[in-house]
Order: sequence, then structure tokens, then C-alpha cells
Amino acid sequence: MNLMFIKQILRDMRGQKLRTVLTLFGIFWGTAAVILLGAFGYGIHMNQQKAFKGLGEDIVIVWGGTTSKSYEGLPRGRRIMQRVEDVELLKKQIPEIKYISPEYTEWNKPVVYEDKRIVAPIVGVWPEFGPMRNVIALMGGRFINQNDIDDRRRVCFLGNELKEQIFGEEKDAVGEMIRISGVPFRVIGVLKEKQQDSSYNSRDSRKIVIPSTTFVAIYGQKYVDNVVWKAESPEVHKIANQKYFEIMGKRHKFDPTDKQALMIWDTTENTEFFTYFFWGFRIFLYIISIATLIVGGIGVANIMYVVVEERTREIGIKMALGAKSGFVLRQFLFETMFLTSFGGIMGFLFSSSIVYLFPRLNFDEYVGVPEISAFVSIGTIVALLIIAILAGYFPARRAATMDPVKALKI
Amino acid sequence: MNNTMIYMKDIIKFYNTGTVKVKALKGIDLDIKGGEFVSIVGPSGSGKSTLMNIAGCLDVPTGGEYILDGESVENLEPNELAEIRNKKVGFVFQNFNLLSYATAFENVELPLVFANIPAKKRRERAAELLDRVGLGDRMDHRPNELSGGEMQRVAIARSLANKPRLILADEPTGNLDSKSGGGIIDLFEELWNAGSTILMITHDQTIAKRTNRVVKLKDGLIVSSLENGNGNH
Ligand SMILES: Nc1ncnc2c1ncn2[C@@H]1O[C@H](COP(=O)(O)OP(=O)(O)OP(=O)(O)O)[C@@H](O)[C@H]1O
Ligand SMILES: [Mg+2]
Repeated sequence: MNLMFIKQILRDMRGQKLRTVLTLFGIFWGTAAVILLGAFGYGIHMNQQKAFKGLGEDIVIVWGGTTSKSYEGLPRGRRIMQRVEDVELLKKQIPEIKYISPEYTEWNKPVVYEDKRIVAPIVGVWPEFGPMRNVIALMGGRFINQNDIDDRRRVCFLGNELKEQIFGEEKDAVGEMIRISGVPFRVIGVLKEKQQDSSYNSRDSRKIVIPSTTFVAIYGQKYVDNVVWKAESPEVHKIANQKYFEIMGKRHKFDPTDKQALMIWDTTENTEFFTYFFWGFRIFLYIISIATLIVGGIGVANIMYVVVEERTREIGIKMALGAKSGFVLRQFLFETMFLTSFGGIMGFLFSSSIVYLFPRLNFDEYVGVPEISAFVSIGTIVALLIIAILAGYFPARRAATMDPVKALKI
Repeated sequence: MNNTMIYMKDIIKFYNTGTVKVKALKGIDLDIKGGEFVSIVGPSGSGKSTLMNIAGCLDVPTGGEYILDGESVENLEPNELAEIRNKKVGFVFQNFNLLSYATAFENVELPLVFANIPAKKRRERAAELLDRVGLGDRMDHRPNELSGGEMQRVAIARSLANKPRLILADEPTGNLDSKSGGGIIDLFEELWNAGSTILMITHDQTIAKRTNRVVKLKDGLIVSSLENGNGNH
């Protein structure tokens, strides 16, 4: 009997070629849209998260600011600048802080290697800057360490793009001597390539990092340009931030609730925003693709109504021979399921091959690598099932509740 | 074989078609015993098909009492009526009503499928029935590969699938030439001789004469019910 079912369906499909093709296309396209939008939404989301890691996860960058509240008789509008001693004190007094480092910056300083001369941004930092900001050395090199700081060593760590600019792609830079602002420096490491979409001065790949003490010795800065820190855990992040303001407020005489006294960029707020933003984005994509699927489902329901209409006589015959309404209902439901699964499988195959082939186009820097997650696959199957049942049920019920006498008269 | 197969008392059937109310049956009293071969005659529109549909539980009357094979069929659910049609009744129509995409064999199999008969038994039974109507060599033919008389034989084989108590035929020879029509009536006569109860609508006087009773309808009422005096029981 199932064989007869399938024969019947194929006969219907042949008899209604154009409509069948359009309907199958609707389901096919809906399925492909759900999966592709889901897969690319996921890829873009993951890519963005990776880019955040490039800057460093959950870090806070603090610059000097101007007071906006008067404090203990002092007027507002006073400039507050951070010193390296402040950073040392903060490190000691706030156990909730895991990493902290001052950061000194000089924008365009001459860099010379043999007959190559370029200008590059120079920053002076502590060793903790590395793990905090995901500044990791390529094999064979290292980042700044505590001895470099203590001995004011003239050593430098190069951004990977800068290294290529100076030494070319082939040559190993580690151990080479370069001159920065006329002072000879030994290269101790090169940045391992990473994705970084945001920065607060320049990209890590384009700058030179040196020990903070060496930096001060050469350029003689009194104040740090900014401080970068990271809390032990997200839970103590707020407390650490509060303590930061309290300690600095006491030392520099400003109200710890004065948000303008120090300018901060709290990337945890960003991460939170982007997490919501991307979930919103993905949900939006899901809604669009589900809508496409529903349109496909309406197409299927439509063709099934026509099929029922055309087969009224057949339904009448079967009823006269004793078919119960459940039998007729199942027959048409089964047929709808068949049509829908056919379109759905085509859609799955099409979108899987796109997702499979896409990485070869090398767009992954911008949109990441699409991935068909279990969530999307199962979601699509469930959506298709629901649509098939709904699209099949109403025409099937019309067939099953026909008056056999009338059906036979058609 | 003298039990009552059909007992109808004051059966009426009205149709509401927008403005006018059509009274297709106005009060039918009918009593048919098991083993009878009854022909129903009457002018077009007199209610013959309506009566037959009610007799076969394909339609329900607007009023009156109907007992089929000792069982009242009043107030039954559509699925219960379907069960009666499947088990107790076999229909033969003027226009055959075969499924065009199915073979002769598959058409005969259909009532057995609805009765949930296992596949093996179903196949045996369908083959046996097609043999009986003389189409043992045509099982895999589709309706459009068969003549009118052959199609009606397939339909008769199908009506017999679940060994029904009652065979209902609505002008079974109406679409056939007299030769193949005669063959169909021969087949009904055979079934009658083997003990079947048959109710057949016909316009043909010579065919009506071959049955044991002729019931005449006019304007939704039975105007006469005459024994032919050829009862073979
Ligand atoms: N579904 C319906 N709606 C309205 N009127 C109907 C319906 N079915 C039948 N009738 C009417 O009921 C009456 C009896 O119809 P029926 O089909 O029983 O006649 P019949 O005796 O079988 O005629 P014929 O010999 O032409 O087949 C007719 O007047 C017909 O128009
Ligand atoms: Mg009629």
C-alpha cells in the first residue's frame, strides 16, 4: 500500500509539474535560508568574539581626566594625571586586580635597521601587558620580562607587520639590533599574528613594545598615558573598579564617584553590548528565515488544497469502499510530508555545500567561518516538521470530512 | 436465508438547495429478505440512487427507521458507517468508479486494505476474485487498458472483497453495450444463485425481469413492488 502511496504522489507531482517545482523551490529556499543565515550568523558572531580577544578580554583602559565635582574645597576642572607610582600602589592594594600595567606611548619615532628607516609608534609597558592584551610571542622569541624592567634593558618586541616591513618575511628578527630614536635595541620577540578589530592607540601588529623603565629613561615622561588592568574574575570587576577610583581619589584628591576624574574604557561593557547586539542580529536572521519557510509552507498548503480538489472523486471512491477519515487524513498528510522533506533535503544539501565551500573563498577575515550548528539543524528540522504538519493538516482534513455522496458526484 | 436484510420504515430524505427544498424520498417502506435479487426501476429523478445510497450507508436519511442486517444504523458516526460499508456492503456503480492509476489487482485489493487484512491474504483474495469474474489474466492492467465490461467486472470483484451481506448496483449496465451488459447480469445471477442479496437499479425492462422482484419508484415514493415469480429459492 505504501508503494501505491508513493506512486500516487509521483503521479501528482508529474501532473502538476510547475506548481510542484514552485512549491519544492519554496521549501528548498526556505530551508537553505534558515541554514545559511544561521551558519553565517554564527560565523560572524564567533569572528567578532575572536576580534575582541585581539584587544584582550574584559580589560579596562584608564586615562587621566578632569574633575567634574568639587572636592574638599578644591574646585572642579582640575586635571588628574596618573603616575607609575600610582600603578604600583594600585597593584599592591587591590587584590581583585589580576593584571595591571602602565602604558607609555610615543607616536612616530624613527626606527632604523641597516639602511631601512621608518617611523613607528613605541609603547612602554610591564610584562603583565602581554597576557592581558593577548600579545603573544612567536616561537623563538619572548615578551618583556621583569628583569628587562628592573635592569632597564634596551630590548624590544615587534608587531608582526612592522617586523615584515623592516626585516621582510623570511629573515628572523630575534637577536637583531635596531635603533629606536637613535638608541640601539635588541629584538627579543615578534607578535604572533592575531585578529584585532578595535584598539585605543594603534594596532599591536604595527607597534614596538619596550620595557616601561627603558621608555622613561629615553623619553623622560612624568606621567603614564594610560593604565590597562584586568580583574581576577568578572564577579569582582565592579569592586576592583570602585577601589581603583577610591585609591586614586585619595591620592589625587578627587571624589571617587566623579566619573570624569579618570577616563575609562571598560571593554566588559562592550562585550556585553556586542553579545546582545549579535544575539539580536542572529534572532533577526532566524525570524527572516522562518518567515521564508512559512511562505514555502503556505505554498505547500496551497498545492495540497488543489490536489485534494482534483482527487475528490478518488476520495469519494475510497470512502464508499469503507476508508475511514483517519486513512484519508494520513494519506494527504503523508503526501505533504513527502513534498516537504524532499524540498527540505534539497535545501540542506545546497546549504551544506555552500557552507563547506565558502572557506575556500578566503572571506573569513570579515565574516568568519560559517558553521551549521546542531541548534540550527535541529531547529530547521523541527520548523519543517511543524510547517509540513500544518500545511498538510488543513487540506487533509478537508479531504477526510468530505461527504462521500457529493464527492462521488463530481 | 429468510432473515430481513433491509428493513426501512417511513424513510425520508430532503435536500436543502438554497431556496428550494427537494424532497428526494417522501416516506419509503421497504422490506428485503436475505437472498433476494431486487431491481429498482422508475423515472429519472424519482429517488432511486438516493434510496440506494441510504441502503448502503453512504448517505443518511433525514428521517425514518432503517435496520440493515439486524442492526440499526441510526445515529452512527461517519467512521462506523465507513466500517459498515467496508464489511457489509459492496457497491457497483454505473461509471465503475475504479482508481485510474491503480491496476485491476490494486483496485480489488483496496477494500481489503481498509479492512486491515494482512498483505499475503489480501493478495490471495484479490487474485481469487479476479479469477472468479474471468479476469485472472488481466490483473496488472489499468482501467484504461480494459473494456467497459471488464472494468465493471473488476468493480464487481472489488465489491465482493470482504464477502458483503448486501450488493448494491446503481445501473451497472448503463454504460455498457447489450452484450457486455448481459454478461454482467449473468455474473449477478451467478452471485444470486450462490446466495447473495442484491439490490440493483436498472432502466432495462428485460434485465428487471431476470430478478425476483421489481420495486417501482415515482416522485420519492414506492408505487409498486411486484414478484416476478422466478424466485429460485
Ligand atoms: N445533493 C443533492 N442536492 C439536491 N438535490 C439532490 C441531490 N441529490 C439528489 N437530488 C435530487 O433528488 C432527487 C432524486 O435524485 P436521485 O439521484 O435519487 O434520482 P434517480 O432516481 O437516481 O435518477 P436517475 O435515474 O437520473 O439516476 C432528484 O430530484 C435530484 O435532483
Ligand atoms: Mg441515479
